[in-house]
Amino acid sequence: MSGEDTVEVAAATPEVQQPFKELGLTTDEYQKVRDILGRRPTAAELALYSVMWSEHCSYKSSKVHLRNLAPNADQARYLLAGIGANAGVVDIGQGYAVTFKIESHNHPSFVEPHQGAATGIGGIVRDILAMGARPVAVMDALRFGPADAHDTARVLPGVVSGISFYGNCLGLPNIGGELAFDPSYAGNPLVNALCVGVMRHDDLKAAVATGTGNKVILFGSRTGPDGVGGASVLASATFGGAEQDSTAGDGGGRAAKRPSVQVGDPFMEKLLVECCLELFAADLVEGIQDLGAAGVACATTELSAGGDGGMFVDMDAIPLRDPSLTPAEILMSESQERMMAVVKPERVAAFMDICRRWDVEATVIGEVTGDGMLTMTWRGGTVVKIPPRTAADGPVYQRPFARPDSLDALLTAGPEGLVRPAGGQALRETVLTLLGSPGLADKRWVTQQYDSLVRGNTVLAMPEDSGLVRVAEETGLGIALATDGNGRYCTLDPCQGTQLALAEAYRNVAMTGAVPVAVTNCLNFGSPEDPGVMWQLAEAVRGLAEGCQALGIPVTGGNVSLYNQTGATAIHPTPVIGVLGVHDDVRRRLRAGFTADGAEVVLLGTTRDEFGGSAWAEVAHQHLGGRPPAVDLDAERRLAALIVAAASGSVLASAHDLSDGGLAIALAEACLHGGHGCAVALPGDAFTALFSESAGRALVSVAVGREKEFAALCAEHDVPATVLGITAGDALTVENAFQIPLTELESTWSGTLPAIFG
Amino acid sequence: MRIGVVTFPGSLDDTDAARAVRYAGARPVPLWHADRDLRGVDAVILPGGFSYGDYLRCGAIARFSPVMAELIPAARAGLPVLGICNGFQILCEAHLLPGALTRNAGLRFLHVNVRLTVSNGRTPWTAGLPVGDLLTVPVKNGEGAFVADEATLDELERAGQVVVRYADGAPNGSARDIAGICNTDGNVVGLMPHPEHAIDPLTGPSSDGLGFFTAIVRGSDPPYPPARDPARPIAETAIVSGARDRANRQRASGEAL
Repeated sequence: MSGEDTVEVAAATPEVQQPFKELGLTTDEYQKVRDILGRRPTAAELALYSVMWSEHCSYKSSKVHLRNLAPNADQARYLLAGIGANAGVVDIGQGYAVTFKIESHNHPSFVEPHQGAATGIGGIVRDILAMGARPVAVMDALRFGPADAHDTARVLPGVVSGISFYGNCLGLPNIGGELAFDPSYAGNPLVNALCVGVMRHDDLKAAVATGTGNKVILFGSRTGPDGVGGASVLASATFGGAEQDSTAGDGGGRAAKRPSVQVGDPFMEKLLVECCLELFAADLVEGIQDLGAAGVACATTELSAGGDGGMFVDMDAIPLRDPSLTPAEILMSESQERMMAVVKPERVAAFMDICRRWDVEATVIGEVTGDGMLTMTWRGGTVVKIPPRTAADGPVYQRPFARPDSLDALLTAGPEGLVRPAGGQALRETVLTLLGSPGLADKRWVTQQYDSLVRGNTVLAMPEDSGLVRVAEETGLGIALATDGNGRYCTLDPCQGTQLALAEAYRNVAMTGAVPVAVTNCLNFGSPEDPGVMWQLAEAVRGLAEGCQALGIPVTGGNVSLYNQTGATAIHPTPVIGVLGVHDDVRRRLRAGFTADGAEVVLLGTTRDEFGGSAWAEVAHQHLGGRPPAVDLDAERRLAALIVAAASGSVLASAHDLSDGGLAIALAEACLHGGHGCAVALPGDAFTALFSESAGRALVSVAVGREKEFAALCAEHDVPATVLGITAGDALTVENAFQIPLTELESTWSGTLPAIFG
Repeated sequence: MRIGVVTFPGSLDDTDAARAVRYAGARPVPLWHADRDLRGVDAVILPGGFSYGDYLRCGAIARFSPVMAELIPAARAGLPVLGICNGFQILCEAHLLPGALTRNAGLRFLHVNVRLTVSNGRTPWTAGLPVGDLLTVPVKNGEGAFVADEATLDELERAGQVVVRYADGAPNGSARDIAGICNTDGNVVGLMPHPEHAIDPLTGPSSDGLGFFTAIVRGSDPPYPPARDPARPIAETAIVSGARDRANRQRASGEAL
């Protein structure tokens, strides 16, 4: 079938066999399309429905659960736009608003690490741009198989080079993220990219096509044959293990002929960003949508479904890189660096002038109509005629879910029986073993490939607890961002594990002195067809919803990535949670490292004997079992409020969150980041004090002379504070246990990744 | 003082260069790659970034842009020009500076803070920076290894055209640890490190980079020949226009690319 498959032909030939299964539709879904249209779909329509109804685009398995994330009135008080828009928009004061979102590019990054990761950055940046905001920073949360696994040597350097290539060339600072290793990601790495953008309140743009007669303009790169079927076939299905060299079929059902991973051009994206911002400033745009997954199919259906009328598209007008593309392929192509705008006819000339100034190709491909239908013609025939909402809304599944039986055995086999180090020498060796393990070691091998400075507003970047970007130079207003996730905790308890990730990101943002205000998330899970995985997803969403309510901050958007598994084995359930904070004056930001000798070192929060899912259990014993640490979100709120108050009064010299590896790793990092040692005495059992991963804790050093004031603040906020010692010298000294010179900490910490990756 | 900052398609650190100019007490003037117009500025900065996506070679396409047709002769006539990172690459491609910038020794993009030693404090961009001073400034690039033939390197050293060196060894394989050079007249300077990202300890590793921008502002009293004022007829600046014609011819041949 090809261009001849018009609506008329389809109506007259109901018996034609169509390759709906190859395109990822089930028999029921295909029948539903036929019912909607009252005839069989054309090849182009079939392609359109297949990508729009894919798991990746439609959220058909997760939608019933995601509804629980809708913020209540209290949580929504700073929201200008919420879930459903391309990204949520948060009021940060002084007339500024911020939009941020995190998105997965897991499967493309496994098939082709460099381009897969690069286009992940490109896609999320266009999402933010489509809201009317100037993108100001990116972050990436990365998870790979074991660092020394053969395939990690292919995937990790490729992913990092892709992010480096695209983000650096695009001119967006990379201000942080995560890097974790676990065997569960060996055949399915997680590449989650976050972008944050800033706008003035009145700049908010909507993804709607309104106003009959308004022109639809496609601008940016030409449409090529890359990424055809990326959303439906690649991102919405499981890797089998043998089919790693994945290629997608095309709309006509011919043999697979090209890679389904897109190819990115960050230079074009930079031009597109500047071009769009000029178009916004000149008020030439009525509605705008980025082209990401499902390309033209998605942009046209979503714009028209969000608007009040229909849309007509002349597909012959779409500029192509490959003239042999069929209408189905044009609709499904995921060629990068494209945007679609709805523009009043009298403003088209001005629109085109700005595009020309930025050397961005722009073409009127259609217009908004009043008939409520999305209609597309190609070479004289009508190849698409559908009610757009039927494609945009997609099916909703109540997938069965059930707590896996295997969980009980996992919870019973707790860490209690693991041999613990005893004595100063054994504790010392354990500190160094953890510090040099790939998940906790120095990440500079990665971060040195990223530009964190461009645009000149980066106040904090990795290895700090969170990124911090100045928004207003005059007032010091800024935004802090952190992402966190822990698949090991979530395997033991997806609800609690998700709340631990939320609490950690919330705490990380507060460590800079910023007030946490909003949450985004990227839910990475296995196949939704597995009831155990669906249970994990449902539990994680419940944890996130309840956690955000307890913290009083809204979820403003997110992304779900399913089918992350190899064969029948799913990844650890890995919700990655991003928290946005507002800093009223970035000049008073706190850093993680000890900045001077003679400062009192204080541990905040309560330490319990909690080792289920801990870094120690993993590194020392390759053990995963028992209960993850308890979560006390009220304690997290008090801790955050304490740090924010202390930062605002300049009472603290440093603040560092405790997480993986507990106090031991926090002490080592504070010494290394600031270049000052410390001498501390540990309360209670030394092993528990050093390596427990109890949540809601932080390590601070107090500004000299402000000790009493800080103690009073701790009492006022009801946060337990234990004075551990003082910053001093060039070693980490734990009284009655051990001493490690900073030089030894440094070489242990910094040597690991270069030794593995060169 | 008015200092032009050129924006090419793909320039990224242009806002940062403009901010540094502002911090130094001068007025930044945006210059557009497609305009053959230097707007009468007293000096020009070619900022960092990936002009034209680094396609073909870093700086190879930007060098043929209309604004360069004005800038090249003006620079030859003495206009102070500072090229940072991609700007340095463009100056080499434009033959305003000798040598070339090639892939880093490690073949990866590298962003680190480096210590620089000032070896020439007589250019308009380094005047007043004591020779031997250590400055902490970031480098961030993929193609930062300066190369030239041995004779050119010897001549650069002999003539004092090495402006700054990496104090602790070049992290990118740059010949003789060279981090920045100038032309024989000293008015055109290319730097691979980014002084505009070291103007405030809040947003960079130090404020050591600000000295490059205060130098030009402080030195503006004994004026360097300003770029041609667009209000003035071309004939008044004969040398400039002669050089511009040459540049035009080069540009015309380049457009055939």
